Amino acid sequence: MGNASVDVVSQPSKSKSKRGFRAGHTGWRAALFMLPSWVLLLVFFFVPILLTFYFAFTNLSLTGASSAATQFVGFRNFASMFADPTFRISVLKTIIFLIFSAVIGQQVLGLLLAILMNERNRVFRSVIGVLVLAGWVTPEIVVAFIFFAFFSNNGTFDMILGWFHIKAIAWLYTFPMVSVVVANIWHGTAFSMLVYQAALGDVPKEILESAEIDGAGRFQRLFRVTLPVIKGSIATNMVLITLQTLGLFTLIYSLTGGGPGNKTETLPIYMYQQAFSDYQLGYGTAISLILLVIGIIASFVYMRMLKIEM
Amino acid sequence: MAKRLIGAVSSIALAGLVLGGCGTTPASGSGGNGSSNSSSGGGSSNTITVAYQQFGKPPYFNEEWLQQSAKAFEKDHPGVTVKLEPIEASENDFYTKIDLMMKSASTAPDVVTEDTFLINADGSAGYLQPLNDDVNNWSDWSQFSDAMKSGSTSNDGTIYGVPYSTDTRGLYYDVNIFKKAGLPVPWNPKNWNDVINAAKAIKAKVPGVIPFYCQVGKATGEATTMQTFEMLLYGTNDTLYDTKTNKWIVQSPGFLDSLKFIQTIYSQNLGPSLSTVLNAQAGNTEVQELMPKQQIGIAIDGNWLPGNWLSNGASPWPDGTKDYQLTAMPTENGQAPGYTSMSGGWALSISKLSKNQKLAWEFIQTACNKQNMEWYDINQGNLTPRNDIASDSKYQNAPGQFFKEATSFTKFTHFRPANSQYPSVSTQIQTAVESVATGASTPEQAMQQYTNNVQRIVGAGNTETK
Repeated sequence: MGNASVDVVSQPSKSKSKRGFRAGHTGWRAALFMLPSWVLLLVFFFVPILLTFYFAFTNLSLTGASSAATQFVGFRNFASMFADPTFRISVLKTIIFLIFSAVIGQQVLGLLLAILMNERNRVFRSVIGVLVLAGWVTPEIVVAFIFFAFFSNNGTFDMILGWFHIKAIAWLYTFPMVSVVVANIWHGTAFSMLVYQAALGDVPKEILESAEIDGAGRFQRLFRVTLPVIKGSIATNMVLITLQTLGLFTLIYSLTGGGPGNKTETLPIYMYQQAFSDYQLGYGTAISLILLVIGIIASFVYMRMLKIEM
Repeated sequence: MAKRLIGAVSSIALAGLVLGGCGTTPASGSGGNGSSNSSSGGGSSNTITVAYQQFGKPPYFNEEWLQQSAKAFEKDHPGVTVKLEPIEASENDFYTKIDLMMKSASTAPDVVTEDTFLINADGSAGYLQPLNDDVNNWSDWSQFSDAMKSGSTSNDGTIYGVPYSTDTRGLYYDVNIFKKAGLPVPWNPKNWNDVINAAKAIKAKVPGVIPFYCQVGKATGEATTMQTFEMLLYGTNDTLYDTKTNKWIVQSPGFLDSLKFIQTIYSQNLGPSLSTVLNAQAGNTEVQELMPKQQIGIAIDGNWLPGNWLSNGASPWPDGTKDYQLTAMPTENGQAPGYTSMSGGWALSISKLSKNQKLAWEFIQTACNKQNMEWYDINQGNLTPRNDIASDSKYQNAPGQFFKEATSFTKFTHFRPANSQYPSVSTQIQTAVESVATGASTPEQAMQQYTNNVQRIVGAGNTETK
């Protein structure tokens, strides 16, 4: 959620220092005007981040003696994390959730919708557009409630299945991962769709037309022309939805609480459980750093895969 | 190109930091989570705030009790206002929220209800005000039973709260279902096998009811630890904590047998469906829906349960205590003393950061006097920690309650380890129980997992194997 704004913040700071050398006096004045925002950033952004790094190496706890007398424990949190099979399960669940709900679900579905909308008439566009956007504008917690009502025991879905004489299933317990993946796809696809709609508008019509004249079919035009042209948008979208999905908490927590067992316990849920249910704040913080590392690695992998020049 | 790379990398890194930072702000922003009531914390010297849990369906007897106490207190202290601060959260979330609130002076309530299992941990975390001097100058203190006093006293003798309720646990069984299943009434199981065999008989002869109900989810928190697991474990030859060596017993035959009992119940479909039992509402579903419909054969639960069925309760059911009877939980093989139970309770404590400690202490005195506490214990269905109430006929003969049976369980009851690490260990037990009940782990795997987690939390040197 903060991704876009961070991007904006980091850019001017870079160009500012460049201009500072060249323009001398004006540069200093500009820096002076920037000062309040830098102080705010420092206090409310960098200090908490640095504290996060620090807490990850302590035995900070929500209650008990280690809450009053917190000790530096070095890499102990990380060592026990990697020795913990539930952590490994959580990483696995996170990756499964990421691949199915973000990479396959939102990404592919978003692109597909954007292409369809690009070609269909206005009525189709507005109807589909409104339907998809409804998921995006609905707050995460409301999405969770909607899908809870839909998937819960004898909920809406079971009722619909009942019309076809299909026996009710406790979806959230029988297929918990599928349930949260479907909910997240419904919630997030509109974002990808909007990104691709904008990108498709940038694909030059002439190239597509000449490809068509050269005898390229629909799929050839899509894979040979459209996708290579918009691959920058694909990468950006991948990075954004990956980071968003990695940090997704409310939806999963409200739908399944990470359960049953740890079947939907992604890293943010695992982190929350450790920090606030098991009172191990230091350990929870260490997990958040791992989450951060996974986010960075995933971003680089996308850049590489799509051979984006930076 | 290189510059663009740096720009992209830095923005990715920053975006990642937001992601990482988002998840951990509560850790650094102490008390930030407790700020839903901006006026809490009692800035003015004439207001004291009282924080307590509120969950499930009304009536909330704890709230009514505190309201009555507040009214009486305000009458005695003109110009002073008592502000009640209900925290609407399930048990686990309540503990977390209270701890976060007490971390900061701007959100710390003056008086807080503390579950005695957390009181040691919160005391040693520096959240609670020691009350030794106060209780020693309070004539009523001698009326409190010694067992309950020890529940709110730390290992080093610091008293962190005044207990206002205690409890015992046993087996509720449905007389009608038992008759249909050809089981004896009154029922008096002698060991775990008797319990499991009764559940099997119910399954075979009374279809459509849940033979055996116990909490097994992480979502039901301490109920899963205490009502299910510890009711089993303390009926074996093992316990959770070795008071001689001051070490946690992370592996023992009794621990394994307890998990195997749970596995038997759930793998043989003797328990409720997982979708019923794995959420924070499971306790209310059990008591307010399933039991009044007589859909549960046997349930392990606490003595307060029939309080729900009183005419002013959440789910009035006059025949409740006729259809369901309470019997003692047997030990594993019927070994001495034959039965087992667990006791805990709640206490009123004062937040260390409270600015009105004197008024807060006076409020506790009012709330815990004989009259107010008796009202609460009778209505809520809790056992009283005060001897003068316990011997009062109004309490002893309270209709719709099992006070007599439940009090008799105190002969063989157990208390949870009075160790500040207990809350963290307890959540590991919940994880083990849930993973066995859902079939995600075998009892052996779950015990190994428990061992690893507890060793991480308390340090391997503070654990032992039996």
